[in-house]
Amino acid sequence: MYRVRLWAVKRSRFLEGIYNSVNPAILLLLRGATKVFGKSLDRLITVMEAQLKGFLFDCKMCGDCTLSKSGMSCPMNCPKTIRNGPCGGVRNNGMCEVKPDMRCVWVAAWDGASRMKNGAAIETIEFAVDHRGKGKSTWLKLAREKGLAGE
Amino acid sequence: MSSTKHKTDPAEMLPRLPGHVSQGRFEQVLRAGHFAVTTEIAPPDSADPAEVLKRATMFDGYVDGINATDGSGGHCHMSSLAVCAILTKAGYSPIIQFSCRDRNRIAMQGDALGAAALGVANVLCLTGDDVSAGDHPEAKPVFDLDSISLLQTLRVMRDESRFLSGRKLDTPPLLFMGASINPFVPPLENRAEQLAKKIAAGAEFIQSQYCFDLDILKRFMARAVDMGLTEKCFILIGVGVLPSARTAKWMRANVPGVHIPDAIVKRLQGAAKPQAEGRAICVEMMQKIKEIQGVSGIHVMAYRQEKWVGSIVKKSGILADRKPWAPTQ
Repeated sequence: MYRVRLWAVKRSRFLEGIYNSVNPAILLLLRGATKVFGKSLDRLITVMEAQLKGFLFDCKMCGDCTLSKSGMSCPMNCPKTIRNGPCGGVRNNGMCEVKPDMRCVWVAAWDGASRMKNGAAIETIEFAVDHRGKGKSTWLKLAREKGLAGE
Repeated sequence: MSSTKHKTDPAEMLPRLPGHVSQGRFEQVLRAGHFAVTTEIAPPDSADPAEVLKRATMFDGYVDGINATDGSGGHCHMSSLAVCAILTKAGYSPIIQFSCRDRNRIAMQGDALGAAALGVANVLCLTGDDVSAGDHPEAKPVFDLDSISLLQTLRVMRDESRFLSGRKLDTPPLLFMGASINPFVPPLENRAEQLAKKIAAGAEFIQSQYCFDLDILKRFMARAVDMGLTEKCFILIGVGVLPSARTAKWMRANVPGVHIPDAIVKRLQGAAKPQAEGRAICVEMMQKIKEIQGVSGIHVMAYRQEKWVGSIVKKSGILADRKPWAPTQ
């Protein structure tokens, strides 16, 4: 939801805190679950992720989440799906050139990042998204990666 | 493999000097420390190559590079690659514009090889305008890469001699790589960081959006100098020629990313000859921009006013007594 999305950017520091404290535990839990149940829970977990992140960030389930590196503003809401924005078309009032009623996703991102502890992560380059990941869960991807924090 | 039976060089390339990435004249001018001038050619709505050359000849002796726009504003024209091929063959030093709007990473890597093979030495990496801005709003926007990913891609091809996939290239494309910046629109306070990202991704020269606001530019450039960015790339600042107050108002309302302060509009409104005033504003801008620390050149964008580019450059005196090389001289 657009209004919730704006709130998320405003409270980026708070959400970052929650993410940092809860995320390792969730990933460990998911890792355990995927070991026990294999792929049978994938659909459920993916739907849960899509619902939660969809509500908070208008998440598009690109499968390669950058929220912690883009000020809690989802770059896939940019009409050009820029992963290293903003572009040069931003309106003087900070709104999107393509959707004049939407705040530029990357104006929001830099704003959100300015309040985050690890906001400087926005300065690192994010290569274009792997389109094969579309619709897939980032949580599961991270949970199945080797060298998970805490192991 | 080169064949001796066929003529394979469409353009005469210069020897690559030490510390240079390309064999082009534009890079040589900048690295020699000259204040450079580039301009934009409007690709014709035509399949006639003579039309391209006719438009380029207007700039002879006044510019070091000619940008060939790539479906600018989402409008169809002759492709940038074809315009550049025609220009290189005639001896010009074109800058090919690569917009991510219309092609995915497979097409763009192919075009990078093709452009270099045709003698193009410079590329400007752009994300591009959205299709909704143009005359084919029903088209599918691609945006597989963004400008920064494109810079990284081309750098991998040039410096590591491979595709993104890892597959080896027999001959890498020796392209001098550029990117655009727009310091005049939000988020103003992060535009220097955005520039830093583009440089980190591989940008070696920069061409900016229209500058009609010197105060913003000065603040931006001071920041760029502080961050050491002007040591790492050549920054050319864009200037424009406004024919009337009406056009100025229309542009700032309808062209994405164009910031024109009220003072400029008022000046045009109050002028007896607005067209001449627009050119005078451009000349003044160029002179003042040249004085700003860290600026390496000017990029003149004079859409539908191309015939004035030469006289504006001349009047500004920014080239001093240097005369850029042109094939007709």
